[in-house]
Amino acid sequence: MSKVKTYEEINRKLKSGEAVVLTAEEVAKMAKELTPEEIVEKVDVVTTATFGAMCSSGAIINFGHASPPIRMEKIRLNGVPCYEGLAAVDSYIGATACGPERPEYGGAHVIQDLLDGKDVLLEAWGKGTDCYPRKHIRTWININTINEFTLFNPRNAYQNYNVAVNTTQTMKHTYMGTLLPNLRNATYSTSGELSPLLNDPEFRTIGLGTRIFLGGAQGFVVWPGTQFHTTRPKNNFGIPTTNAATIAVIGNLKEMSSDYIQAAYFEKYGVSMFVGIGIPIPVLDADIARRVSINNSQIETSVLDYGTVGTPKLGQVTYEELKSGSIEVQGKKVRTAPVASLAKARKIAGELKNWLIKGSFEVSKPVQMFPANTSLNGLKETEAKND
Amino acid sequence: MIKKRYILNFPPDSGDKAFTYHLVKDYDIRINILKAEVFPGKRGSLLLELQGKKENIEKGVEYIQSHKIICESLDKRIHFEENRCIDCGNCTAVCFAGALTMNRKSWKLEFDKSKCVVCELCIPACPLKLFKIDFQ
Repeated sequence: MSKVKTYEEINRKLKSGEAVVLTAEEVAKMAKELTPEEIVEKVDVVTTATFGAMCSSGAIINFGHASPPIRMEKIRLNGVPCYEGLAAVDSYIGATACGPERPEYGGAHVIQDLLDGKDVLLEAWGKGTDCYPRKHIRTWININTINEFTLFNPRNAYQNYNVAVNTTQTMKHTYMGTLLPNLRNATYSTSGELSPLLNDPEFRTIGLGTRIFLGGAQGFVVWPGTQFHTTRPKNNFGIPTTNAATIAVIGNLKEMSSDYIQAAYFEKYGVSMFVGIGIPIPVLDADIARRVSINNSQIETSVLDYGTVGTPKLGQVTYEELKSGSIEVQGKKVRTAPVASLAKARKIAGELKNWLIKGSFEVSKPVQMFPANTSLNGLKETEAKND
Repeated sequence: MIKKRYILNFPPDSGDKAFTYHLVKDYDIRINILKAEVFPGKRGSLLLELQGKKENIEKGVEYIQSHKIICESLDKRIHFEENRCIDCGNCTAVCFAGALTMNRKSWKLEFDKSKCVVCELCIPACPLKLFKIDFQ
């Protein structure tokens, strides 16, 4: 029987500086020579990472109370609408939110401006109550004047994602970038063999409470992400061949850096935010060693036509093919381009590796594992009368 | 022999001179017109690739400039905030000229301005809006 390790053992080794930590790319290379049984003997933790546009992101902000106080019932930060249904001075600003007059500047830009220490204009209105008499406030705030500034992203780090192409005659502007007509390009967004949820496809180590790298600071996995789908078709290596599971993450924005949080505007689509996430995977046994050894030739994803309603599937390709520069779709050679940064993902995996080696970061056993056998509902429309 | 791209900006009253003819005939320069925009009575802009002996190209450029036409090498007109680039790759998806490519080892963006055809697709494609091209 091959070696089995516990979280405690691995953390002891991390503290004493004896642990071996590799990135998922390094272990994928190692696996060409060594078996999973040998890898579990040699390697203690594998770091994974991704840096892509993740629309389901945002920040919880507490503004502090002014004197006299106001119950903020409509809130704008640099003109961007924020959620006003949370007590008097709590709010949530979604990354994709924006005011109609300035579509290229949104919640993600407000978050980044605050992160960069810039002043941001807060304007809020209330009806005025006995305990919150004020009806209007207009003032500058910054990262130091606000209380909590918490990144809370309901859906990040998608486990695999589709390749986008466009078979129509017109250019399409999407969250997967600009798609040229007539299959002239194909875009993909996952970091492949370095991607967190592709290295632990069955969620054996990632669950509620997993300590992660988030935006340059320590963060946590706090829930299955929205659209958490664990029953997508899988290939021979146990990898879902389309977008499947996700995670919800949380962390203190006051400790983060705009090196790893980046606001973005996609032409004729809208605002989004690049989020840097790194997840350490403890190599507890040979099965996990086998999972983290996965390489780009073993990870497949679906090619979808983003130009056609219903995004029909046109084929299936490996990340090795995607990274070669071209894939074949409908008998045609199509040029590929990433839309998520592998260079940044590598930097994150390296940084997390350093934190672990220095003993300043522990691997944590999830408090609760995520559900298996989940699937998704579409939105079924039923007649809603206007009475 | 060298090959270099230039952007030419014509004032409204310069439409009656056959500059490209003189570049070929007098300076032995091979010309490839990559992009042209003409607004009659207002202005015109050209993206030219000039191929020939270095000294001939220099003289040809001087000849054009002596007729009140702005002639600047293309790389001076392309502005790219490289230090803010996150190497996401979105611009490479639209750059059919092959000027913007990902290095397949480091996965960092590489920009060979000499291959740019000023299609300007990278400007909206960049999610951080880091490109600016001064063509007109």
